[in-house]
Amino acid sequence: MSVATRPDEHGRFGAYGGRYAPEVLIPALDELTDAWLELRDDPGFRGELTDLLRDFVGRPTPITHATRLSGELGYDLWLKREDLAHTGAHKINNALGQVLLAKRLGKRRIIAETGAGQHGVATATACALLGLPCVVYMGEEDTHRQAPNVVRMELLGAEVVPVTAGMKTLKEAVNEALRDWAASVGTTHYVIGSVVGPHPFPTLVRDLQRVIGDEARTQYRDRVGTDPEYVVACVGGGSNAIGMFTAFVGVPQVRLFGVEAGGVGSELGRHCSSLTLGQPGILHGALSYLLQDADGQVVETHSISAGLDYPGVGPEHAYLKDESLATYVSATDGDALDGFQLLARTEGIIPALEPAHVIGWLRHRPLPDGARVLVNLSGRGDKDLDTVRAALAGDRP
Amino acid sequence: MSALEATLRSVRDRGAKSFVPYVTGGYPGVDGELLRSLAASGADAIEVGIPHSDPIMDGGVIQEASRVALQRGTRLGGVLAAIADAAIEIPVAVMTYANIVHHRGYEAFCDDLARSGIDGAIIPDLPVDEAERFVALGAARGIDVVLLAAPGTTAQRYRAIASASHGFVYCVATYGVTGARDQLSVTARDVVTAVRPYTDLPLLVGVGIATPEQARAASAFADGVIVGSALMAPLVAGDPKAAMQLAEAFRSQIV
Ligand SMILES: Cc1ncc(COP(=O)(O)O)c(C=O)c1O
Repeated sequence: MSVATRPDEHGRFGAYGGRYAPEVLIPALDELTDAWLELRDDPGFRGELTDLLRDFVGRPTPITHATRLSGELGYDLWLKREDLAHTGAHKINNALGQVLLAKRLGKRRIIAETGAGQHGVATATACALLGLPCVVYMGEEDTHRQAPNVVRMELLGAEVVPVTAGMKTLKEAVNEALRDWAASVGTTHYVIGSVVGPHPFPTLVRDLQRVIGDEARTQYRDRVGTDPEYVVACVGGGSNAIGMFTAFVGVPQVRLFGVEAGGVGSELGRHCSSLTLGQPGILHGALSYLLQDADGQVVETHSISAGLDYPGVGPEHAYLKDESLATYVSATDGDALDGFQLLARTEGIIPALEPAHVIGWLRHRPLPDGARVLVNLSGRGDKDLDTVRAALAGDRP
Repeated sequence: MSALEATLRSVRDRGAKSFVPYVTGGYPGVDGELLRSLAASGADAIEVGIPHSDPIMDGGVIQEASRVALQRGTRLGGVLAAIADAAIEIPVAVMTYANIVHHRGYEAFCDDLARSGIDGAIIPDLPVDEAERFVALGAARGIDVVLLAAPGTTAQRYRAIASASHGFVYCVATYGVTGARDQLSVTARDVVTAVRPYTDLPLLVGVGIATPEQARAASAFADGVIVGSALMAPLVAGDPKAAMQLAEAFRSQIV
C-alpha cells in the first residue's frame, strides 16, 4: 500500500482505521470524504490554501542546522522549524485547511478539542481569520496546565469549554466534541486536531500536514545534497510525525523514528506510549494501538506534556509500525525536560515539551555516530514555561 | 427467530407497543431485584449497559452512571453474570461500545452472551459498514445484533441498516446523545417512516425520551420505546423507588 493508495475506500490502513462512529455522524463523514477527494487536488482550493500558508502562516518554515547540538551529540542534526509557523506549532496547517474546507461545505460553526491548547489556538486563529464562530473543548486539567493558551483562544474570539469528565484531559475533550457534533452535525464542522478519529479524518489531517515533510525533504536536499538517514518526530495523536514522514515513507535509505511520551514509568497509567506499550483497540472512531485494561476500558495516561497525553494514536502509525516502515520508541518526562533545556542552551530555541521528547531521546545517542538526522521541531515552548519551571523546582507534575 | 425478535413481534401482533427500559449494569442498585421489578412492571425487554470508559453516545446521566459503575470495579463478566443470575423471563439485550467487544473478541463476546442467556447486543459506535462479521457471528448463536438508524441519512443507508439489523431496528429519535429533551423531536417520526418500507422488523424509538407523554407520542408511530436516561436519573439521584414509579408511568403510556 503506497501513500497514494492509503487508506482504502473504507478508510483502512491495513487492518487499522475505519469508521467506528455513531450512525448520526456517518452522513457528515461521507460528505467530508467526498468533498476532500474533490478538493484536495482542486486548483482553486489548493491555491487559496497555499496563499494563506505563505502569507498568513509564514510557510515554508525554514530548516536550521543545529550546529552546537550536533557537536554535543555527535550527529549532523537539522531541525524543521514548525515552531516558527504562526501560532507556534504545526497545528495551524491542519486547522486552516479544515476551516477553509468547512466554509466550502457551507458550515456555519466550528468546534475543536485541544490538549496543549496549540490546536485550539490554531483553530481559533483560523476562525478569526475566516470569520466563523468557534467553540473549543479542553480538559479542565489542561486549562490549568496550559493557561496562557486559554487566554489566547479567548482573545481570538473562541469560547473555551472546560471538560470535567474523567482525567479532564485530551481524551475527554475529544469525547465532548464528538457529543457536540452528534447534536450539531448539520451546521457544524468538527476540526479534529490530529490524525485520529473516524475516516476520513486521519487522511484529511495527514494530507494537510504533509506540507511539513514535502518542504523539509526539498530543503534538506538543497542544503545537504542528499536525503537524511534518520527522520525523527514526536508522536501524540501523530499528526506532526505523519506530516513529516509522508514524504519519506518507503524511501530505502531513510529510517523513520516516532518518539512517544514515556511519562514516569512503563506501568499502565504512567505513560502515553500507545504504539510501544499498547494493543490494538477502538477509540474515537478508529482501530489503532490503544492503552487499555484487561476489559478494553481505556486507561488514564500521564505525560508532562499535555499535547502527548492521549491513550490512542493515529491508525496510519499502527500500520507503519506493523509493516516496519517506521520505528516507535519512547522518552520519559525527565528526558523531555533535559531535551528542553539542552536545545535552549545549545541552539537558542526553546522547544515545546512535545518535540523536546525527541531531543531528550537523541541525548541517549540511540543512532550511529555521525548520523544525518532531521528532526521535526513541531512547536515552541512558551506555553510550557510554567510546567517546566515547576518541574525544575523539584515540584514534578 | 431469537427470543428478542419473537417477543417484540408478538407485542406488535397483539396491537400493543413495547416498553424497553435501559439501566447501566454495575451501578449501585442495578441488581437482579431491579431487573425483576422492571420485568414485573410490564417491560417487554430490558437493555443493560456494560459501562465503558468513553461513552461518546451518552449524555451526562449515563456518563455519570458509567463512571460510578467502573469506579466500583464493574467488569464485563460481572455484568453478564448478574444478568444470568437475575433469571428474568423477558429478553435482555446488552448495550456497550465497540472496544469492549473488540477487546474480548467478537466471537468470544457472542459466546459469552449466549452462555449468559442474553438475546441481543446494541453497539452504537459499530455502524452497519463495520458490523457485518459481528452480525453473522451473533446470528449463528441466536444473538440479535441490533443496528441503529439515525436522522439525516440517505434512503440507501436506511435500507442497508434495515436489512442487516436483527431483533429490531433502533431508531435514534434525535440528533445528539442520550439524555432528556424538552420535547419529542420531530426527527423521531422521520426515521421510523424512512426505515419502515425496508423491513418488517419492529421499529423502536430511543434516545432523549424524557417523559411518559413523549413516550406515548412516539408510540403513535413506532412499535415501541426505549427509555434510558430518564430512568437512570432517579437511580443516580439515589431514589430507586422513584425510578420504579417512573417505569410504571412509562409503561402505562406506551400503548
Ligand atoms: C507542539 C506540539 N507537538 C506535537 C503535538 C502532538 O500532536 P501530534 O502527535 O498530532 O503532532 C502537539 C499537540 O498539541 C503540539 O502542540
